[in-house]
Amino acid sequence: MRVPALELAGLEKRFDRPAVAGLDLTVAPGEFYALLGPNGAGKTTTLRMVAGLMKPDAGTIRIYGHDAVADPVAAKRLTAWIPDEPMIYDKLTPMEYLAFVAGLWSIDPARAAREARDLVGLLGLGPHADERCEGFSKGMRQKVALAGALIHEPRLIILDEPLTGLDAGSARLVKDVLKARVAGGATIILTTHILEVAERMAERIGLIAGGRLIAEGTLGDLRGAAGASEATLEEVFLALTAAGPPGVAA
Amino acid sequence: MTAAAGRFAWFAGHEARLAGRDLIAFLTGGRRRSLLAALAWVLVIEAAFHLVAFAALGGATVLAGPLDVPMLVLVSGIGFLSFALMLAQAMESVTRVLYGRADLDLILSSPAPATGLFALRTGLTALGTTAMALFLVGPFLNAAAVLHRPGWIAGYGVVAAMGMTAAAVAIALTLALFRAIGARRTRVVAQVVAAIIGAGFVIGGQAAGILLYGDLGRLAILTSPDSMAIAPGPDSALWWPARAAAGDVAALVPVVGLAALLFTATAVLAGRSFPAVAIANAGVATVRAVTGRRAAIGFRLRSPAACLREKELRLLLRDPWLISQTLMQVLYLVPPALLLWINFGRQVELPAVLVPIVVMAAGQLAGGLAWLTISGEDAPDLVATAPIRRATAMRAKVEAVLVAVAVPLALPMALLLATSLFTAAVALAAILAAVASATAIQFLFRTAARRSQFRRRQTASRIATFAEAFSSISWAAAGGLAAAGSMIAAVPAALALAVVAVAWAASPRRND
Repeated sequence: MRVPALELAGLEKRFDRPAVAGLDLTVAPGEFYALLGPNGAGKTTTLRMVAGLMKPDAGTIRIYGHDAVADPVAAKRLTAWIPDEPMIYDKLTPMEYLAFVAGLWSIDPARAAREARDLVGLLGLGPHADERCEGFSKGMRQKVALAGALIHEPRLIILDEPLTGLDAGSARLVKDVLKARVAGGATIILTTHILEVAERMAERIGLIAGGRLIAEGTLGDLRGAAGASEATLEEVFLALTAAGPPGVAA
Repeated sequence: MTAAAGRFAWFAGHEARLAGRDLIAFLTGGRRRSLLAALAWVLVIEAAFHLVAFAALGGATVLAGPLDVPMLVLVSGIGFLSFALMLAQAMESVTRVLYGRADLDLILSSPAPATGLFALRTGLTALGTTAMALFLVGPFLNAAAVLHRPGWIAGYGVVAAMGMTAAAVAIALTLALFRAIGARRTRVVAQVVAAIIGAGFVIGGQAAGILLYGDLGRLAILTSPDSMAIAPGPDSALWWPARAAAGDVAALVPVVGLAALLFTATAVLAGRSFPAVAIANAGVATVRAVTGRRAAIGFRLRSPAACLREKELRLLLRDPWLISQTLMQVLYLVPPALLLWINFGRQVELPAVLVPIVVMAAGQLAGGLAWLTISGEDAPDLVATAPIRRATAMRAKVEAVLVAVAVPLALPMALLLATSLFTAAVALAAILAAVASATAIQFLFRTAARRSQFRRRQTASRIATFAEAFSSISWAAAGGLAAAGSMIAAVPAALALAVVAVAWAASPRRND
């Protein structure tokens, strides 16, 4: 049996109120998984805990078998996190940023340089590769951040609203890059409010509300759960999240 | 009331509301507090300033004496140094009017004429500059008026005239810069010029005093025999501001009148020019495409920690504004370095008073740099998700701070070493302690912020700000006393440790 790419068990995080309340989730290697839910459902909190940016109050996180809480360095070596707001350094150029990220992940310099050139070309950053990022548009910054996430060839890529603020061409480019990574064996888990992205790209979709997983499966599975065999994902999403998790108001 | 006047009044109300909220945010460090609570703090601080002023000026009987040339030179010199600082503040404010406010797009795209609004913001610049100066100088004017000569109260009028003049000069300089070098560079250049003007005049006077007369006092050059020899007679118009400050109404009227005239003319000019300048500014990026081919961070084999250190130092080196702020700290080291050099040349024993200056500068520099590297991380998620232990990442950042502090301190330390091994060793120990304390305090009060929020760091946590200042002062005192061979050095050293301990106890608890 293959080790899951991501395995969450009884995951809990509480701020003023429970943000994540006993979440169980398993994502297989090489899977494209979309985590959907209304605002405040606990999607970003969950992903931030997986990325090692937040400690869970309870529960376990395993990334390719590594306990992400007990051995975060081993788990992080396999993971890339891309937040919705690209965080890059204004005073570095894209190539310098990629060299910095490659250094943090201890990637072989020759391999990193080759990969950086490929990524910069692939994402259309070539003409700006040696310009400082301070004048870049949000779309370009997002591409730089994406290139940074991919340069160390992560096996688990976590994306929080990766297409926000991108024009149609850039969004298409990012989607193609992500698909190629999945085809190459990487696992992707993303959150998005653009349901069309989840519908077209994800092999499985998880619906989260009130910090719990309320439904999971392929689009067909979710339609079955919603009792609407011809419904769009939007209709399924609205029907299931309106019902909410057991004991949680929608 | 005409429609235009009504609109101006409405804009004034809008601006007053925003300015008031900015003031409260500044006073409370962004926390939700009432205006009354904020004002109460202002009153407490102002009362403390009054105590200091009355204590300091109690024996200054010269302030009750005749307005002869030495007195006029002294008052004019103080006024000129104050004006330099006011000009620096006004330039900062004008830059914010042009670049800082997020509502320029809204205003410029609305059908309302923007001329009045920009004139109003120009006025607020003068008001803000004057208010800040009065906050600091007012207690001393009050003390001088009560203790020595009631006429000193007229100093308020001179400070207001200086505020108007500083605002006018700042606007003219900024507009000239804009026309000369364009929108892209004006912002950075104006901020750097402001920093240099602020520190340059004060430190330049001090350095000149040392070179010429071997005296560390800022006003040494003003009171020197050479200055007296070239100073014009007591009836010269050059002394009008000084005479006005001392209560000479015949001088006060033209000083305030000329300043008001200059300010009005500049405000009208700015009101007409600023919309065009702001639109031109909005049409281009504030940064030009800077290529990083030279000295770029390359794909080289090195540890993640080395990568972090290199990144931190590279970011510091590439930010002209941060460099200007750092440069100011370094400039403060120039006078003591000069004094060291002069003393060394004359084979005179080093005065222990120099050690605290170097230690104080090191502590302050380390505090700012530690904030930048620890709190001002622009990609915190990237660093936090990298496969590197948090302690290792933090250590790498602290090491970058140490390198950045060591560079400007190298020269004075080398001079100290060449002069006295014992004094250099004491200074080094005190510097390390001050740097460690300031860095520890910044670590304890770390927060997630952008580097561009550097200006706000001192209002983000009052406890951290005061703790950093007190620890640096205490280590400076300890270093100075130890260099002088006094065992009392243990007292301020213990106090510095206590300050760090209190900061630790008061720091927010974390579970990250």
